[in-house]
Amino acid sequence: MDGSQIIFFMLAALTLVSAVLSVTTRQIFRAAIFLLFSLIGVAGLYFWMQYEFIAAVQIVVYVGGITVLIIFSIFLTQQAGEKLAVYKAGRKLFAALASFCAFAFTMLLVFQHSFIATNKPTVLPTVKNIGTQMLSTDQFGYALPFELVSILLLAAMVGCIIIAIRTKQVNS
Amino acid sequence: MSTPGLYHILFISTALFFIGVYGFLTRRNLITMLMGIELILNSVNLNFVAFNKYLWPHRLDGLFFTLFIVAIAAAEAAVAIAIIINLYRNHRSIDVEDVQSMKY
Repeated sequence: MDGSQIIFFMLAALTLVSAVLSVTTRQIFRAAIFLLFSLIGVAGLYFWMQYEFIAAVQIVVYVGGITVLIIFSIFLTQQAGEKLAVYKAGRKLFAALASFCAFAFTMLLVFQHSFIATNKPTVLPTVKNIGTQMLSTDQFGYALPFELVSILLLAAMVGCIIIAIRTKQVNS
Repeated sequence: MSTPGLYHILFISTALFFIGVYGFLTRRNLITMLMGIELILNSVNLNFVAFNKYLWPHRLDGLFFTLFIVAIAAAEAAVAIAIIINLYRNHRSIDVEDVQSMKY
């Protein structure tokens, strides 16, 4: 077992264990921190696959952006030290059973299927290749989705301001 | 143990997906449900990158799908948190069982 394999299994364990803890812990702040570690584990898997740009995007957007947003909203909406309510054991059992059965079924299908890789020359996911293909307008270029995503982000920004703005009370 | 390859990554991403589904089904607090959705989106991203690396290495399509999913997930989380904060202002609670004013 060489170093690459050890790193892979450590990253996998970090991702899955902190994801399980994130969905089972009863303190919402701990859930957010475990989610943070799980996202870091996924970023590490991207590094392990040598997709460094995606790993950097994962760390910047998820770890730096979304988790901080979630922690902010926890501070805004939760009383300190308050634990999440406990739900019926039957519902939890049913959810765990359904998730596990679906997981087993999907893994069965995946392991029975033999994937066929192409043997064309590899294009390395360097920043130069990514940038050239993303902003090109010819075939296989991604300029139009790029513009659409920027419009979507603008719309989401305006929508957030509209939704979260404090409206004046008319009657009082 | 064999060298980690596509099937190992698919195992991790499937497990992550159904952990997210479990969280989404058992939680009744809106923020923790949002965390479940983030886990699900991450597992899909992991799938796209793994397929791009192991099966489709001559083009970068999976990588671009991952980039766009990350951008859309960021927008979705921002809108969801705006809705959650607005809900908390009106109902003093973000438990989905407590929010019933639009139900009847």
